[in-house]
Amino acid sequence: MKVSYYPGCTLKSNAKNFEASALCALRELGVDVQELRRWNCCGTVYSLTTDDLMRHLASIRNLIRVKEAEADSVMTLCAMCYNTLKRVNERVKADPDSLQKIHKFMDEEKIAYRGDVKVRHLLELLREDIKFEEIAKKVKKPLQALKVASYYGCLLVRPKEIGLDDMENPTVLDDLMSILGAKAVDFPYKTECCGAYQTVDKPETVADRTFSILTSARSRGAELVSVSCPLCAFNLDHRQKETAKKYSEFQKIPILYFTQLLAIAMGCGEESLRLDLHYVDPKPLLRQKGLI
Amino acid sequence: MRTSISKKKIRGDFVKKIEEISGQKLLACYQCGKCSAGCPAVGEMDILPNQVIRYAQLGFQEELLQARSVWLCASCYTCNVRCPKGIKIAEVMEAIRQVLLRKRKDHVEVPKLSAEDKACVPAIALISNFRKFTS
Repeated sequence: MKVSYYPGCTLKSNAKNFEASALCALRELGVDVQELRRWNCCGTVYSLTTDDLMRHLASIRNLIRVKEAEADSVMTLCAMCYNTLKRVNERVKADPDSLQKIHKFMDEEKIAYRGDVKVRHLLELLREDIKFEEIAKKVKKPLQALKVASYYGCLLVRPKEIGLDDMENPTVLDDLMSILGAKAVDFPYKTECCGAYQTVDKPETVADRTFSILTSARSRGAELVSVSCPLCAFNLDHRQKETAKKYSEFQKIPILYFTQLLAIAMGCGEESLRLDLHYVDPKPLLRQKGLI
Repeated sequence: MRTSISKKKIRGDFVKKIEEISGQKLLACYQCGKCSAGCPAVGEMDILPNQVIRYAQLGFQEELLQARSVWLCASCYTCNVRCPKGIKIAEVMEAIRQVLLRKRKDHVEVPKLSAEDKACVPAIALISNFRKFTS
């Protein structure tokens, strides 16, 4: 199976652990991942205004790059890239007039984009193309006795039109953890916003959210929290420093990308997990469970 | 706090501008409060999300342009997906921010962020923050 892949900025910097683990796991699953030869920032957030088409150009350019690679769909790992690319795509498909205006502005592009690229998240590829039951057959190292709370955040599941699972009670990450042999821990804060980009100018707000989300996961018995967005990962992992300063009763908990857990289960080596990039060190827990 | 309601405010340009930028019909809101009930940022807000809509219906420009709430909204869309009338509250929040940002009244002043503030966060945080909070 061959898939076109759009990484986005953060996968090449702070979230190298997300990318390296995903690529290793996909290799083990027999997927040929082809990164787009040229790509730019997706814009990170979808513009909510009716009148500002300029904000959608970055995403459209990436979708043109997919057409240039002669592909009809593109896979993302980052939840923010997934949301932004998919929403821009849906917007221009529903509004040909705005697409026409965008074409006129981007007259140097060789392809006039028609809204015909399918934007997909890795989780959709795993669930619908490879299928979870096939992944289960390829598990080399089951995540036995590991209690994992899966945090979905906002942008994989909202708004409803582009969400990849139920917007109030998603289970796709929990289902994946279960087939990998882990014990999926459900918790009420799994779709509660982590504060996102408020982390730049209001880190104390993010510390409050991190406290609520992680304390809830721990109180339900989780030993680690798995995530699917590099910004959620930063807020829930690195902002534990501020959280611990603000709340004396707070107990730190490791944060891992779901792809790192998938890579472990697929038998990938420790070098593909990039565990050096974490603030809360997950190594003691993973060693104790015999997973690294 | 003394506030006055007038036809002039209700029929004024501010209400039209918010409806135009957000693409929302403000009068569809019947104040059930479900948006505020689910908002994760509500604890820090000075005007609750359902009140933001009510103020916008009434043309309370001054109050909304000074509100801390619109800068606490991180567009998580919980309100949008729960509104029984299908009003996109996050889009209304964005419209109010845009009224200010389009006059170059930035919420985040990039030169005032320390080198450490900028270096410790990932690119995705900086880009999204600046796209939401600067002009």
